[in-house]
Amino acid sequence: MNKSSVKTIDIVQKGLKRRYRVERRFRRLGLAAIAASLIFLMLLFVSILGNGYSAIWQTHMRLDVYFDPQVFKDVVVSSADYGRLVKGALRSVFPDVSGRGELRKLSAMVSSGAAFQLREMVMEDRGLIGRQSTLWVPADDDVDMFFKGRLGPESGRLTEDQLSWIDHLKERKMIRKQFNRAFFTAGDSREPELSGIRGALYGSFFTLLITLAISFPLGVGTAVYLQEFAPRNRWTDLIEVNINNLAAVPSIVFGLLGLALFLNVFGVPRSAPLAGGLVLTLMTLPTIVIAGRAALQAVPPSIREAALGVGASRMQTVLHHVLPLALPGMLTGTIIGMARALGESAPLLMIGMVAFIVDIPHGFQDPSTVLPVQIYLWADSPERAFVERTSAATMVLLAFLVIMNGLAVWLRRKFERRW
Amino acid sequence: MQITFVQPYPAIQQEDRVKYQPSNKGEHLTHSLPEPDEDKPGSGTVGKPFLDDPRITCRHVNVYYGVKHAILDVSLDIGRNEVIAMIGPSGCGKSTFIRCLNRMNDTIDGCRIEGEIKLDGTDIYAKNVDVVPLRAQIGMVFQKPNPFPKSIFDNVAYGPKIHGLAGNRAELEEIVETSLKKAGLWEEVKDRLNQSGTGLSGGQQQRLCIARTIAVGPEVILMDEPCSALDPIATAKIEELMGELRQQYSIVIVTHSMQQAARVSQRTAYFHMGDLIEVGLTPQVFTMPRHQLTQDYITGRFG
Repeated sequence: MNKSSVKTIDIVQKGLKRRYRVERRFRRLGLAAIAASLIFLMLLFVSILGNGYSAIWQTHMRLDVYFDPQVFKDVVVSSADYGRLVKGALRSVFPDVSGRGELRKLSAMVSSGAAFQLREMVMEDRGLIGRQSTLWVPADDDVDMFFKGRLGPESGRLTEDQLSWIDHLKERKMIRKQFNRAFFTAGDSREPELSGIRGALYGSFFTLLITLAISFPLGVGTAVYLQEFAPRNRWTDLIEVNINNLAAVPSIVFGLLGLALFLNVFGVPRSAPLAGGLVLTLMTLPTIVIAGRAALQAVPPSIREAALGVGASRMQTVLHHVLPLALPGMLTGTIIGMARALGESAPLLMIGMVAFIVDIPHGFQDPSTVLPVQIYLWADSPERAFVERTSAATMVLLAFLVIMNGLAVWLRRKFERRW
Repeated sequence: MQITFVQPYPAIQQEDRVKYQPSNKGEHLTHSLPEPDEDKPGSGTVGKPFLDDPRITCRHVNVYYGVKHAILDVSLDIGRNEVIAMIGPSGCGKSTFIRCLNRMNDTIDGCRIEGEIKLDGTDIYAKNVDVVPLRAQIGMVFQKPNPFPKSIFDNVAYGPKIHGLAGNRAELEEIVETSLKKAGLWEEVKDRLNQSGTGLSGGQQQRLCIARTIAVGPEVILMDEPCSALDPIATAKIEELMGELRQQYSIVIVTHSMQQAARVSQRTAYFHMGDLIEVGLTPQVFTMPRHQLTQDYITGRFG
């Protein structure tokens, strides 16, 4: 064969098919990877939503309570036996139930929260005493689960009698599902029907406030100093390496540090958002510093030269020109760091934020817990009704994370500049 | 628009040290050009680098980037009310050299400067010299137009603001207006001073940068290839502007365009590999270069 007769284009054509085949294969693999991750994400969402959506409602029973003056005789109003009123109201619905065991089963169908509800009503309006009032009180968690269809009659949690009573209430339209206000307004509780995420939300809020207030200025300051002012030498290299390593430290280690340092040495109150915020600050700081430095680095040097060229000092150059341009990037990094801090539970376990806390915290020193820890606590509880609440709290947490990440994306889009 | 060949400033013209060579051109160019001494870098400057009444004097300036020796023993004077052009192939040290004049190289890590640079007799590299007032005195225009991502007004007003040159808003507005007028931009932007400076065209941006520089009232303006990113029309405008600015300022311009150097400058300095090869009056350098390397460069044999 005459070698010179082979044209370049023929060789190219020969290889072309193979090249395109490789390209197609790569594209298919990429699509498959995306599809797989989307499927897993969908599975996650479906399982959480499927488990958690029903927590929006809570089964309530209608009771016609007679505020018997006998009950309030010789006692202060606040310490009267409100349980007796509830029992009385129940017994008037089922007059043929008798026997101690049976009666206890009957009263067990109403949440212990009903008594507190009555007490609050009377405390607010003493005129109720001696009168009859119709109100909806939360049902016990097992009844709630049965009524929502999450607990079969064969589970054994409810007796034959109780099941027939529920049927009876259903017939008389004395049992129904209501919007679950308690879930959003109450703190933690041993009773699923009385428990809510408000305490954990407040705890998370206060904790993140501390984290933001400390880590943002500190992180931005560190980033600006390291990037714009620090001389390049062995010390700054060492600091840089350490900051990068800090970002990779397992978060529970920060919890240990917080326990040893903040609680034991500085005497910060245990279980308080102050302690949690400080620990999460340690964890968030490297993220903010790294994001901040990247944002500063992305500011074109021509802007610095322009400012220096007209005689701005280094401080003026940074404050007037570089920092405003880098700030959106810094904010994005901060929000992502805060989102991480919001989802963090491990370090907070070490400093006592895992405690069972009923009261809603109202300050940085009040004992509290945070959303992810609340989820962990509920997931650990044996009551069937906590399953849906766990999922519902997860949904709330995810919603906050999505909002925060969305905010980060929006900020980046809004302030993105092109040079 | 007409670009006139700017005549040398009288003060320099009277100078006896720099003269046109007699007319035996061809022979002179081909035979008697002195070769630089290879062993002693930096000693090979031919022509007349020194002036009687200089604005800036540079003596034995050496610049190192780490171990790289970027400027080799350059001595040069920059006169009053003159435009001096720095020409030479890429990487020859022109930009490095002019960045020494307002200490912009301070910001570069590992950059070391030796020698002496004096502005009106004071050493700008002395320990007690503050770079902030120095850069207010020696302004700089960069290769790529780099307006701040702020309004046109704020761009020009920034320098006067930080230096406290204007007592009140009216004064500031006046400074902005006169600076924009001097830069030949006023007519084009007077109705949109609040719009972003980055929204202007490339040529307008560069003139905005010049306005920003002169708003501070500098005595010397350094221009680092100010027209390399611009089209010929914008270039012509800026060249015309330089002719006007020369009445008040000394201008040092780095350029890759020999036509531009010939059009706008009174003196030309030719750099080669960090070495200042030849300095002279512009017409002389371009018509009768005295060094072989200069001749090779301006005749297009390399570079």
